[in-house]
Amino acid sequence: MHFQQMGYLSLLQRHKTFSHGVYPLEHKELTAGKPIKRLPFAPLLVIPLSQHRGQPAVPLVKPGQEVVRGEPIARADGFMSVPMHAPATGVIKAIDLCPTAAGPKTEAIYLKVYQGASQQVLYQAPREPSLLSPQEIVAATQEAGLVGLGGAAFPSHVKMCPPEGRRIETLVANGCECEPYLTCDHRIMLERTDHLIAGIRIAMRAVGAKRAIIGVEDNKLDAVGAIRARLPADTNIRVEAVETKYPQGAEKMLIKSLLKKEVPSGGLPADIGVAVYNVGTLAQLGELLPQTRGLIERVVTVSGPGATSPGNYLVPIGTPLRFLLEQAGATPEANEVILGGPMMGMSVGSLDVPITKAVSGVVVLEHDDPGQAPRSVYPCIKCSYCLDACPMQLNPSMLGQLAASREYARMEDSYHLNDCFECGCCSYVCPSNIPLTQYFRIAKALNREAKLNA
Amino acid sequence: MRLGSRQVEIRTSPHAKRALGVEDIMRNVVYALLPIAAFAVFAFGLSALVLLLTTTLVCMGTEYLFSRISGRGNTLADYSVVITGILLALTLPPGFPLWMAAVAAFVAVGLGKSLFGGLGFNVMNPALVGRAFVQAAFPVAITTWTPAFAPGRFLELIPSTLTPPLLQPPALGAWIAGLGLDGFTGATPLGIQKFDHIETASLDLFFGTVPGSAGETSALLIGVCGLYLAVRRMLDVRIPLGVMLGAVATALPFWMLAPQLYPSPLFVLFSGGLMLGAWFMASDMVASPVTPWGAVIYGVLIGALTVVIRLFGGLNEGVMYAILLANALSPLIAAWTQPRVFGARPRGRGLVRKPGGS
Repeated sequence: MHFQQMGYLSLLQRHKTFSHGVYPLEHKELTAGKPIKRLPFAPLLVIPLSQHRGQPAVPLVKPGQEVVRGEPIARADGFMSVPMHAPATGVIKAIDLCPTAAGPKTEAIYLKVYQGASQQVLYQAPREPSLLSPQEIVAATQEAGLVGLGGAAFPSHVKMCPPEGRRIETLVANGCECEPYLTCDHRIMLERTDHLIAGIRIAMRAVGAKRAIIGVEDNKLDAVGAIRARLPADTNIRVEAVETKYPQGAEKMLIKSLLKKEVPSGGLPADIGVAVYNVGTLAQLGELLPQTRGLIERVVTVSGPGATSPGNYLVPIGTPLRFLLEQAGATPEANEVILGGPMMGMSVGSLDVPITKAVSGVVVLEHDDPGQAPRSVYPCIKCSYCLDACPMQLNPSMLGQLAASREYARMEDSYHLNDCFECGCCSYVCPSNIPLTQYFRIAKALNREAKLNA
Repeated sequence: MRLGSRQVEIRTSPHAKRALGVEDIMRNVVYALLPIAAFAVFAFGLSALVLLLTTTLVCMGTEYLFSRISGRGNTLADYSVVITGILLALTLPPGFPLWMAAVAAFVAVGLGKSLFGGLGFNVMNPALVGRAFVQAAFPVAITTWTPAFAPGRFLELIPSTLTPPLLQPPALGAWIAGLGLDGFTGATPLGIQKFDHIETASLDLFFGTVPGSAGETSALLIGVCGLYLAVRRMLDVRIPLGVMLGAVATALPFWMLAPQLYPSPLFVLFSGGLMLGAWFMASDMVASPVTPWGAVIYGVLIGALTVVIRLFGGLNEGVMYAILLANALSPLIAAWTQPRVFGARPRGRGLVRKPGGS
């Protein structure tokens, strides 16, 4: 049994944390020591127009048009949208549908890469971010096409504008990376510390925060040390180690761990004066804004027992998954590919899916993994493991029974279904192997549908 | 779509799963019960052994029969029915006629579990349902006690064990007298206390050198085996602690008022089936509330009810009925004690800031 699963030992813990949660095997050792490595350009890049929450971008290019690396190729459609930039120098082949991990096809720009081009980023102009006003930073962030790189893909500039009447006092930089296997944020904190700190300063200016806290899980104390070494003595930015526990990187959990405050049910971090940004996003902010550049590549961890050369790759946005797996290698026994981490990521049905701004990791599992062995599903034995695991302190046992009898409305009205953010802890611990998280996804979807039809 | 030589498979998240299944939990409960069963055999001899085998095998047979009839496939592999079989034997007198034990086992699994839909759906602890049935059906046999550590217990059966089916067991007075043990009255410490107001020494209760049901005599052993499960998180420790707290808190005022009449809290804790009930029967996951505070309330309720029945009821033991009653209440207790959801407004204080406020 995993040492940390013996819950009473948590009494001896040293670092700040939230209550409940689970301790899946981390598997970070596969890639934690692998420095970020640039991936070659795929011959054809596929850039979906909707890689973020909100309105899809509107194409600015036509088939046959030549583009230079870094040039805008699609503009934002309104405030709740971001532009796209050409990840490579080449020619636009088509604007057509492409497969996505979620299922439905979506419109995308197909870019044929000029293999002989120098691939220099020509679209840039240096500027001094400390001279920009908060409004100018918000506009510049949108122009950079920046979204939450931790997986949510929420437009970063929208988060810089809290709702009317809310003031952001604390900026939280999320360096938890609580998903097993993933190490891209870990590497960014080690290798791009200065960009991260610069990004934090820019974001603090934009939101008017008085202080910033970088929360890092205590399995990455080297990153804590690296950031501390780069911070000046008199600073309002502080680094805190938090307990290594899933889902420490969920923003509500991290705020609770660091500030002992709870984001109100149904509310936003801004309601308690906090804004949370992933460290990868902030490092990009610190890198792109002073150069007036757009987001054209991101760090992706490729790992898992099915990957032959696991590592952290700097991947151009739009690189097809197939190309990435050819470069990183997959074993003959590999049979499942997950975009994101194994707890919340999605397994893909097509290797033609492109890497988007939201993809933090690619985890390749093998046919023989113990996790894939078929396990029988038992009725709920009311062991209450799920209640002890749920970070939102819901009652997944009861919710699961209601879902089985299709009482979806009651799940929402009486058992707080909408507070569930599908972290997967309940399914992870369930000894009866009940697919609770999937039940809740279905229940939420049906409730949404019922409301639309009402 | 292929990857390497394999077909790509799609699953829903989470893709990681803890390697601990229902069968692992149930198997560990069986492991925890084995030392208690072994001590029962050591204390009461061959009769306890055949009693354990009878209830376990009949329980398994009944489970198999009903799972086949209801088309649920073979459910023996989840080990839960083995727990019922062992627990049932541990709550019966060691010399209980085997045919009556078989009836108890059939009722336990058939009525207590299978009729409700099997594992996960039983409202009450199946072993106690079986025991309650035979308590009503065979009131004499179930209160016929034999001495622990009798000489020759490994060589001969207690005469009542092999009573032919449908017949009443023979009186054991002559057999017990023949053992040549001084001072054995055929009563358990609980009976002696209740009717003669003489307390057995706590240490004897603690180590289990007293007469009683097969597996209820050593409080120490039961506590140690229960703690094994608690440390492995396969038992909600709030329940046994709640039972013990409820029992002590209820017994204490009476004992302080009239110590010559009422038992001491220590005696209450270590006598009869309280420890076995608290650690292994009240804690039955299926029939206890899932909520953290629900588990505490449920435990305290069992402890308090047990003492009330012991002190003021017609019976000298109340654990069984206390647990069965609390089992029936457990869905209600769980509904009352739903946990406070993360970020929900605590009573009295507004956590949500009013729009426009600072």
